Parts: sequence; C-alpha cells; structure tokens
Amino acid sequence: MTVLDAPSAIRPGTLGDSVLRPDGTAKVQGSFEFCSDLNAEGCVWGATLRSPHPYARIRSIDVSAAWRVPGVLAVITADDVPGQANYGLIVPDQPVFAADVVRYVGEPIAAVAGDDPEVCRRALAAIEVDYDVLEPLIDAEAALDPNTPAIHPDGNVISSQPVIHGDRDATGDVVVEATYEVGMQDQAFLGLEAALAIPDPGGRGLEVYVATQWMHEDRRQMADCLGLDPESVRLVLGGVGGAFGAREDISLQIHTSLLALRLGRPVRMAYDRAESFLGHVHRHPATMWMRHHATADGQLVKVESRMVFDGGAYASTSEAVLLNAVTQAPGPYRCPNAVIEGHAVRTNHLPCGAMRGFGVVQVCFAHESQMDKLADACGVDPWELRLQNAMHTGDTTITGQVVHNVAPVEECLRATAALPLPDEPVGGHPRADGSADVMKTPGGAGRTTDASDVVRGIGWGVSMKNLMYSAGFDDYSTARCRLADGVVTLKFATVEVGQGFVTLAGQIARSVLGVDDVVLGRIDTQVGSAGSTSASRQTWMSGGAVAAACRAVRDRLFLHVAEQHDVDPGQLEIDGTDVRDEASGWRIPVVDASAGVDIDETVEYRHPATEPLDENGQGDCHVGFVFVAHRAVVDVDPELGLVKVVQIATAQDVGRALNPLSITGQIEGGVAQGLGLAVMEEIIQTDGIIRNGNFTDYLLPTFLDMPDVVATLIEQPDPLAPLGAKGVGEPPTISSTPAIVAAIRDALRQVDGVGRPLDRVPVRPADICLPARASASSTTG
Amino acid sequence: MAVFVATDVESAVQRLDDRPDSVVLAGGTDLMVEVNDGRLRPSPDADVVAVNRVAELRSWRHDSAAATVTIGAAVTYSEMLDEPLATLAPALAEAARTVGSPQIRNAGTLGGNLGTCSPAGDGLPVLAALDASVEIASVAGRRSVAVLDLMKGPKRTTLEPGDLIVSFTLPVVDGWQGYAKVGVRNAMVIAIASTCLVLDRQRQRVGLALGSVGPTVLRVPAAETKFAAALDWRTMTAERDAVQAFGDGAAQTAAPIDDHRSSAEYRRHAIGVLTRRLAARGLDTAGRAA
Ligand SMILES: Cc1cc2nc3c(=O)[nH]c(=O)nc-3n(C[C@H](O)[C@H](O)[C@H](O)COP(=O)(O)OP(=O)(O)OC[C@H]3O[C@@H](n4cnc5c(N)ncnc54)[C@H](O)[C@@H]3O)c2cc1C
Repeated sequence: MTVLDAPSAIRPGTLGDSVLRPDGTAKVQGSFEFCSDLNAEGCVWGATLRSPHPYARIRSIDVSAAWRVPGVLAVITADDVPGQANYGLIVPDQPVFAADVVRYVGEPIAAVAGDDPEVCRRALAAIEVDYDVLEPLIDAEAALDPNTPAIHPDGNVISSQPVIHGDRDATGDVVVEATYEVGMQDQAFLGLEAALAIPDPGGRGLEVYVATQWMHEDRRQMADCLGLDPESVRLVLGGVGGAFGAREDISLQIHTSLLALRLGRPVRMAYDRAESFLGHVHRHPATMWMRHHATADGQLVKVESRMVFDGGAYASTSEAVLLNAVTQAPGPYRCPNAVIEGHAVRTNHLPCGAMRGFGVVQVCFAHESQMDKLADACGVDPWELRLQNAMHTGDTTITGQVVHNVAPVEECLRATAALPLPDEPVGGHPRADGSADVMKTPGGAGRTTDASDVVRGIGWGVSMKNLMYSAGFDDYSTARCRLADGVVTLKFATVEVGQGFVTLAGQIARSVLGVDDVVLGRIDTQVGSAGSTSASRQTWMSGGAVAAACRAVRDRLFLHVAEQHDVDPGQLEIDGTDVRDEASGWRIPVVDASAGVDIDETVEYRHPATEPLDENGQGDCHVGFVFVAHRAVVDVDPELGLVKVVQIATAQDVGRALNPLSITGQIEGGVAQGLGLAVMEEIIQTDGIIRNGNFTDYLLPTFLDMPDVVATLIEQPDPLAPLGAKGVGEPPTISSTPAIVAAIRDALRQVDGVGRPLDRVPVRPADICLPARASASSTTG
Repeated sequence: MAVFVATDVESAVQRLDDRPDSVVLAGGTDLMVEVNDGRLRPSPDADVVAVNRVAELRSWRHDSAAATVTIGAAVTYSEMLDEPLATLAPALAEAARTVGSPQIRNAGTLGGNLGTCSPAGDGLPVLAALDASVEIASVAGRRSVAVLDLMKGPKRTTLEPGDLIVSFTLPVVDGWQGYAKVGVRNAMVIAIASTCLVLDRQRQRVGLALGSVGPTVLRVPAAETKFAAALDWRTMTAERDAVQAFGDGAAQTAAPIDDHRSSAEYRRHAIGVLTRRLAARGLDTAGRAA
C-alpha cells in the first residue's frame, strides 16, 4: 500500500511521525505474551458447559457425575452466582448461567474447574442437563409480530427507533427502491478469549487479567454479579489479539472469577476457536428496505427505509447499533427529508452486538447500492451523483443535527478518483517465465479461470460514521501524567487491542512536553475509566485526556521554571525539547528544567455533550462524524461467479495524521474486513444452529485475496477534536464492502447489459452466475 | 498410549497388528484436527504409529520402462510441487498447489488424503482420473488395489484395521492432464467442486474425475467414452458441441448436496464449467504441442 502524502520533517517520536509499535516485533516473532499465555502459581483450569439447543426449557441439571471425575475441583451453576443473576452492557438481560431457559446455541449453563483442560472436558461431558426442546424463533420479522410468544421476559423487540425529518410526504421525479440483506459477520480476532483470575487472600476481592475492550465497564458488570464492590475487583489488561467489538461484552470474565473465588486459588480460562464463535456477540444480520427519491438530475429529495436488525438472544448493544443505523441511513449526503423506521429484535440466533462499523456497515451497503441505482435511473455517473449530493460542513443530518465537523466528502471523492487505476491487466502480469499467474485471477490457486473468462468492473462506496458514544451518554476518558527528572510516566486504562494507543500516547507526551523518554504504566483499573476502545474513539478521547494531562503538567512546569529563572510563565512554550521564553528567546532543556521536580496530574476529558433522540428521532445525538471514499476494481468470472479484488483506492478523512503508519495498518486491515463481508464472511445458522463455527468454513480473506490498497489521507484538522485528529479504525471497513459489490455489478452488466441485483452480502458465487438466488445455504438473513 | 516412530513398513504393520486400535499418523493435518475437536481420542490401549521416518513411504520413483511413477504415501504436497515429479504428474502438482497453506503442504501427504477420504480431498480426483493403484501393507503381506475401489463413501475406505498405505502408482501419461477446483476463496479453501481431466493420447483414453459432488470422488464413464470418441486424437481437437456435451455429461453425473459451503445447484453448474474449461485447455495445449 502507498500513502501518497509524505509527512514533512518531524521530530522523531512525536505527533506525525510513523513511530513503530512497541509490541510489533514481539508479535511478529511470536514472543508477545497474549492473555492466554498467562499463568500463576497454583493455577487451575476452568471450562464452560454450553447449550446445544437454540431454545429449550431446562428441566433439571445434574452435576453429581461431574464431581466424581478425578481432578475436578469445582462445578458451578446459576445457583452459585452470589450477586445479580444477569449482566448486560445496556440492560442486564443475559444470565451468567442459564437456569431455566436457554435461548441460543452456546449459552453457558455451568462451569467447572479442574487440574487440566482434559479433566474439565470430561467433567463437562458428565453434567446431565434435561431439556424440553422448544421451537426456536429464528425469523426476525416474526419477532416483531406481537402475536409471537416472547422468548424472554423483556419481550422480543429490543428497540424501535423512527427518524422523521422534513416533509414526510415529499416525493421525487425519480424513485428507486430495493430490499437489502447483510449476513452475520464474525470479528474473528486471532487472540482468543482468555482470562486469569487471582483471588485475594480472604476471598473478598480479586485481580483479573483479561483481554477486553473496556476494563471499567467489565468491572461494573463483574462486581454486580459477583456481589462485590467494584473496588474489590481489580482488572489488568492481558495481551489482546484483536477485538473489533467482540470484546465489548462480558464473555468469560464472570465465570473465571466465580471459580477463582470459590476455590481461593488462581483459575485461567481460554476459549478455542469453536467456543469463541459461540462466546462473543457478532455483527447484526439486517434486512433493509430503502426507497430513494430524487430530482430528475439526481438531487436527493427523500430517503425512506424500514430496517430490521436481528439481535439474537440478548440485548447487548443492539439499541445503540440501531441508533447508528437509522440516524445515518442516507449516508454522507444532503438529504432534506427522511422517513426511517428501525427495529432491533430478539431471536434464538447467536447474540449480536458491537462490530467495527456498528450499524453503519449494514446501512452503508444499502444506501450505496441505492445511490448506484439512482445514478442509473437518472443517467448520471455514480461518482458524479455522489459528488453532487455530498454533505459539507454546516449541512444538517436527518436528525436535524448540524455537522460542525470538517466534512470533506467532496475531497474524499475527488482524491480517490485521482488515485491511479491498477496497471495490471486482467489476469495480472505474466510471471517471469511467461506463464499466467493464476493467483491474479478469480479462483486463484484453484486454476478455475483463464484471463479470457474475466470481466473487470469498477465500483464506488462512500460512508460517514459517527465517532464516540452518542445520545446523551456520559462519555469520558481519564489519563494521568507524571513528569520527574525529564521522564514522563503515563497511566491510563485505555485498552490496547492493536489499534496503537500505546504508540500514540508517547507521541502526544513527547510533543506536548518536549521530552524523549516516556514510560507507560500498566493498563489496569487503578486509574479512572478511559471508556471503551471502540467507536473509533480512543485517539480523540484518550488522546484528548493524555494531551490534557500533559498540558496540566506542562503548565506546572512553566510555573516552576518561571520561579526558578525569573521569567513570565505566560510567555513560556515548548520548542522541540526545550522550554523557551517567547519574549527573550531564552531556553532551557526540559530535562534540565524538570530536574528534581515531580509533577503529577490526572485529567478527565469529556467530549461535547450529546442528547437523546426525541420521539421523531430528532436531536443532536452524535458528537461528530468521519468520512471516507472507496473505489474498488474487481475482476469477475461471470460464469463461475468467482472474483478477485484487484485494487481498493481510498481517500480517508483523518483530521490530522498523528501516526501515518498506524493509519495505514487500520486502512489495510479494515479493507480486508470489508472485503470479507463483501464476498465470503458469514456465520451460517440453520434453525438456530451454527454450521460453520471454525476457520475451515468461516472464510476470512488471506493475503492472496487482498487487493493492492492505494490510499491518500485527507488532512483537515478538526476544530472539535482535541488533537485535530479523527478516529480512523472503522471507516476502511464500512464502504469498502459496497464498493466491491458495485464493482461486481459493473462487471456483470458489461456481460449482458442487465447485470444482477446483488442485494445481499456476502455475495456468493451462485448469486453471480445462477439465474435464481441459491436457496440452500443461508438462513440467517 | 505411546507414539511409535516406525522406520520401516514391517515394524509399522507389526505394531498396528499388536495394538489393534492404533492410528497411523502421517502429517497430522487431518488427524490432529480430529483430536483437537474432540472427535478422536486415541484409546489408552492403542498407539500412534508415526510413519514419517519410513523411507519407503517418504520417497518416490520413476519407472520409465513401465511409464509409471510410484509415490510414497508420506510424500508431502510440497514435494509433489518439486521437479521432476511435478512434470511426471502435472495434475497432481496442480492439485497439490491448491491444498491449504505452505505449512499444510509441508506436512500433508497423499496417504493421509486417502486415509481421510473426504469427497473434497484434492489429491483424490487426480488419483481417480489416472486410474492409480495403491499398495497396501499389513502383517498378511502386500496387495495392490485400484484407488477407486478403496474409496467407499464420505470419510470411508475399504482399508482394514492393520492396513498401511505404502504408495500410489500412476501412469506417466503422454497427453494433457489438469486439475481445477472451486472454493469461495482464492487459496487455502476446501473444494466445493473440483475436476481432474486426463487426455491420454497413447491409449486414446479420457479420464475425468469429480470431487466434492458426491459421497466420494466420481468418475464419469459414459461422458468420457463419448468425448474420447468425439476427439480427433491426432490433431487434439474437438467440436465445440462435443466439449459442451462433455461438460453437460459431467454435470449430470455429479450427485452434489446442499450444505453450508454451497448449494447443490451451484456445485453441479461449476462441474459443467470446469469440465469444459479443462477440456478447452487440454485441447489447446496438447494441440499446440503436437
Ligand atoms: C488448514 C488446513 C487446510 C487444509 N486444506 C486442504 C485442502 O485444501 N485440500 C485437501 O485435500 N485437504 C486439506 N486439508 C486436509 C489435509 O491436509 C489433507 O487431507 C492431507 O492430505 C492429510 O494428510 P496428513 O499426512 O496430514 O494425514 P494425517 O492427518 O496424518 O492422517 C489422516 C488420516 O489418514 C490416516 N493415514 C495417514 N497416513 C496413512 C497411511 N500411510 N496408511 C494408512 N492410513 C494413513 C490417518 O490415520 C488418519 O486417519 C487441510 C487441513 C488443514 C488443517
């Protein structure tokens, strides 16, 4: 990948420099300590018994045989939960252990501890659960029907949210509509769920090492269920191998802690891949009808939509996911009128919650497909149509919120279009010996396809994504900065999941305080909450907190310097690694200025407040937005329905590029995840039973599926952002998916002048090459 | 349970006979997945008989007089990609290249592929299309069986307890051969449909085998005979209609199922397309070579 904008001269290690990750080498060499590698003196293993049924009443649970397995130390069920029986991020509706009803395949029922994993496996097999198997609710539309029996005391509708804006009766000269579907995607992080719980002597508290996304929220939910004060539950971040939303919810935290407290000795738990598929929430499958109205020349008049998100068995963050979806349904375009109706419902599918793009991924596939349809109906080029409707700073969203952010949608579109198209011909450049490089054609190593079978298409996708938490949530981050003898120590609870805050935090301190040496404290709950590492929020939020803490320290340093050297503190600034008096030009190195001092400041950073939506879905519910454009070039084998994504070109709104290399990583990874959703990644459930919970059948893109990624960063510092920088993690995933599908449609249209609707992702080979939609495989949608 | 590292065929089969529930371990790329998934628990009274140090299983030889190549059961996919073996058995090399990732190709073997006998095993359509034979050893002695007779059903062979696959013998064909496989990813993917085509000029014989579209690998005798008759073996050309009919015949013979990997309808369609494309490649290449 090439980032075309080269940064100018920057002091190494400061903001704008492509500082390398401190853990990069260890991860590449395999020596990085992931949470699953942790161990403690006297530690034993825990394991979880899970439901084989999507919906069943539990008549009885008999654990007596499990106790007889040699080496078993503990067997616990719902009866052994001392605190609250249920947990949940927004509402506590999910049992720690199912007691009377199981609502999805994989729901925890009991946990055991034993000397080793094999003992645990035998003990789990010995637990006898007598089920009365019930008919599962697997149709999200049926879940909305008030006549459908409720599968949970809270009912089958988790959340409903309309957005009515402008003139609801407005109509356009041109109207296009369709129904779109998105399948269930898995976050598929590589470092599986793991925790190590170490009880305090006396058993009134414990320390838990866990790979998570938000330690203080975990602690709150854990303390509630463990019946402990939050202060007695101390979390420490274990090495995290990716998250993408799947670690926002509780998985094994409470189970591991319960076993450790019960035994009075350390317990570790670790999921394998099969259990991981069952043990965390997934991306919501969604069905979205959309109707776009426009003037004859393609100016958007109104967007109507009705969308149903399948939340699976428990609420998780469904309500917030839905809010994102309905409020951003038209995408990054000016849209004066809107009538949107959204529902998130409960079914007996795997629970769904946070995943990179959080509700916007789903609507983006729909709105971008609609923009192409509209372009077609109006006879306008798809790129022109997007340009013509592009949102700008000062425009109003469909919730009536004025976009005060930098909104460079037009710049993203223009800069992406200016990126070179691939120079590779269809089928790729031949290899050195003149033979065809099969890896460059659809079908790859399978040698299915010759260059003559291939048609190349181009497609566009553009998106907007809200940053941070919305709708009145008190969203803040805490950071502590200490300066002593020229060395800065930073302390925060900002979870590092691979996004790079451990790199960025030091860069901020070096820039603000003019130091070179920055030490990061352990990431744990011994400092205030940093909020979640999600919603593209940590650069803004924890970056804001670290910057504010460093500035507070700097101000005190200036007072100290002023006192020592008889200068005006108001005239002091940091210049490189010096404190400099602006008035006289006098300077002193920070290292010398801070000799013998010990300044320590803790700061909470809050973003501007947001408000909940009113009954018509109106209100300033989001903090800010980020934008991106994607252009995909895809080679398609129309007869076999196979594809090879050749190139993704993208211009992304980043505000300010604080670490270009880190952004590059986010762009490439995000594109891979967007490509996965476009053409291969889907959890398939039949009658509520997962069919492909393994990496043999849940296909992730490999290196050979990855296209060349050409990127340019749109740097317009955002006045609302503490460092001028916006979050960059989610945008690459969001509109790369519709761009790839649009490119496939473009290729197919070249074949017969008609093409295919491709109104569902992931697009399967049969959707491309067979007359009717293949009926067999998926039943999730 | 012990791991017995055999160094010759005789000691391996003796051990399998002494400890009847023992399992053979070659590359372990199927076996260990079974173990890790809890589907296979080697019994405490049985052993794991590792065959990776058995020279006879680890080597291959070319008999130019007989025009055959004999490949040991524990030869890896990576080794099948090396010359000169890749030129002697080109379709096998193509199939080997589609297997897994480099790590899997460095460990996985043809013996293990047949031992597992998945209808999606990539080596199996090649062995079937070439009418390969397999040599099997047991304490009772050695015997040679047609690979096609050994494959009974999904993950079922006619191997008896105590049998060890020693090697495969395939003809070195004068003519064209090729393998193609459809999966929903461009590498490291289980086949949802695959075909191997052999055009044997000397014997004027067509061999076509289909993978992932039946309980086990399928041959297509009627369509093969018809296509062989329609082929001009001297110029290596055929009418477009004959190629089309060949593809249709293959698609009709396929007996695919619907599952989470694909619909039966798509699998059948893909077989037709792959058969026609392989035929076109074979005729083109062979024709040019003549
Ligand atoms: C990530 C991954 C990707 C894969 N991709 C593919 C793919 O693309 N295509 C494909 O076809 N397969 C694939 N496989 C499956 C596997 O690699 C192949 O089937 C391989 O050929 C198995 O060979 P092995 O030597 O590893 O067998 P093992 O696992 O050692 O053995 C497999 C079975 O055969 C028996 N066996 C082995 N050798 C003998 C012998 N000499 N005599 C008698 N019985 C024997 C064993 O007892 C066992 O039952 C993949 C596996 C993995 C883990």
